[in-house]
Amino acid sequence: MDKRRVVVTGMGIISPLGNSVTETWRNILAGKSGIAAIDRFDVSEFATRIGGAIKNFDINDYMSAKEAKRFDPFIHYGVAAAEQALQDSGIEVNDANAHRIGTAIGSGIGGIGLIENSRQILNSGGPRKISPFTVPGAIINMIAGVVAIKHNLQGPSIAIATACTTGTHNIGMAARMIAYGDADAMLAGGAEMATTPVGLGAFAAARAMSTRNDDPERASRPWDKNRDGFVLGDGAGMLMLEEYEFAKRRGAHIHAEILGFGMSCDAFHMTSPPEDGRGARAAMQSALDDARLNADQVDYINAHGTSTPAGDVAESRAIESLLGPAAEKIAVSSTKSMVGHLLGASGAVEAIFSILALRDQVAPPTINLDDVEEGCNLNYVPHTAQPRKLQRVLSNSFGFGGTNGSLLFGQLSS
Amino acid sequence: MSSIEERVKKIVAEQLGVKEEDVSESASFVEDLGADSLDTVELVMALEEEFETEIPDEEAEKITTVRLAIDYIKANLQ
Repeated sequence: MDKRRVVVTGMGIISPLGNSVTETWRNILAGKSGIAAIDRFDVSEFATRIGGAIKNFDINDYMSAKEAKRFDPFIHYGVAAAEQALQDSGIEVNDANAHRIGTAIGSGIGGIGLIENSRQILNSGGPRKISPFTVPGAIINMIAGVVAIKHNLQGPSIAIATACTTGTHNIGMAARMIAYGDADAMLAGGAEMATTPVGLGAFAAARAMSTRNDDPERASRPWDKNRDGFVLGDGAGMLMLEEYEFAKRRGAHIHAEILGFGMSCDAFHMTSPPEDGRGARAAMQSALDDARLNADQVDYINAHGTSTPAGDVAESRAIESLLGPAAEKIAVSSTKSMVGHLLGASGAVEAIFSILALRDQVAPPTINLDDVEEGCNLNYVPHTAQPRKLQRVLSNSFGFGGTNGSLLFGQLSS
Repeated sequence: MSSIEERVKKIVAEQLGVKEEDVSESASFVEDLGADSLDTVELVMALEEEFETEIPDEEAEKITTVRLAIDYIKANLQ
């Protein structure tokens, strides 16, 4: 039996480059940076003092003040992006379909800020002062929970938490659930708000982040010789996925089709990839196998490309070895050069950028790529977007724990 | 200085996200003001904060309306 086809009919974004898909994409194509000095708390003693913050966001556009104060901001961002995706899809949830529509929305870390604050409350006021909303306001699956309550989505509700592969895995597994028949539609993606004192301090301690504090907009520079780590970003990305016939019957506008999804594990090191990127390659190969396509049938790759010394080279090697001679004609870029690394949201916002690249026939740029690292031999779309003929695009995510995911999107073919 | 009645109503309105004019003394937190079980826990915590007192759990459970909250505060506050 053939698999049920899965298409994307809705998209939503809260990002350092804008609080809507339209605004964010316009800034991405213009090669703008959303990275700036962190001003939410005193960062003077931190090694890294820059990040991609959400600006001009009012949660009261999406939920009441009473509800909003219960939740960590990562839930705010996720709920907002989910609402955008639902609206974009035009699905009307009713008694007949509610049990067939579900949620797969994760986060890499979850409500770390709320947990930090609760610890301070415990220290100063004792256990009686801890809010009853601490757990529901911080746990990773509560975006899925809140979104389901808000929109009456009674289908499957899951939250995969696989570090920086979270968004990609939630989208891929949601697509599998639709293909298998667990649901006809799924809101899928991820959200993150880890730019907190402990979050920032912890990633800095791991020596994972850029310390280019005097030049924030140039700090995220994938494949550049002078890159020195990733830049933490906040936000959320969400897709509405639907079974093809379900979407077609209601006359939905279809943004793209999910052609394939692949997963793998490096089984190598907690935070570093192997030099040859074999886990990354395996995930991409698996996505191609799922789609029954060859590597030379991919036209653009939205790379994981975090701007870390080891990761960028490993991924580039993985792509070169996967594609062989076809590597010459492919475009590969990292939109993290502009929005930073949104951890659990990154795979979801990058899935959206990949779909928009397909729609607009343009490869978004890798900004700040002044001097390409030796041994990196691909077209990384430096500085400015490139108009390209794109039929199929891959979006890669790799996370701490060695967890890899790759999504393959294509234009809808009848 | 506001009266105890006013201060209680203000806290209830803030905690439950309702308008102060809708907080009548007879209002039940759950039935009239839309609170759930977690809201009522947090509401009692806010009252403790405002009146610098500690309300034991077995007493807190009995405070289900605005009137009962006002009565409790008056009876237990110096």
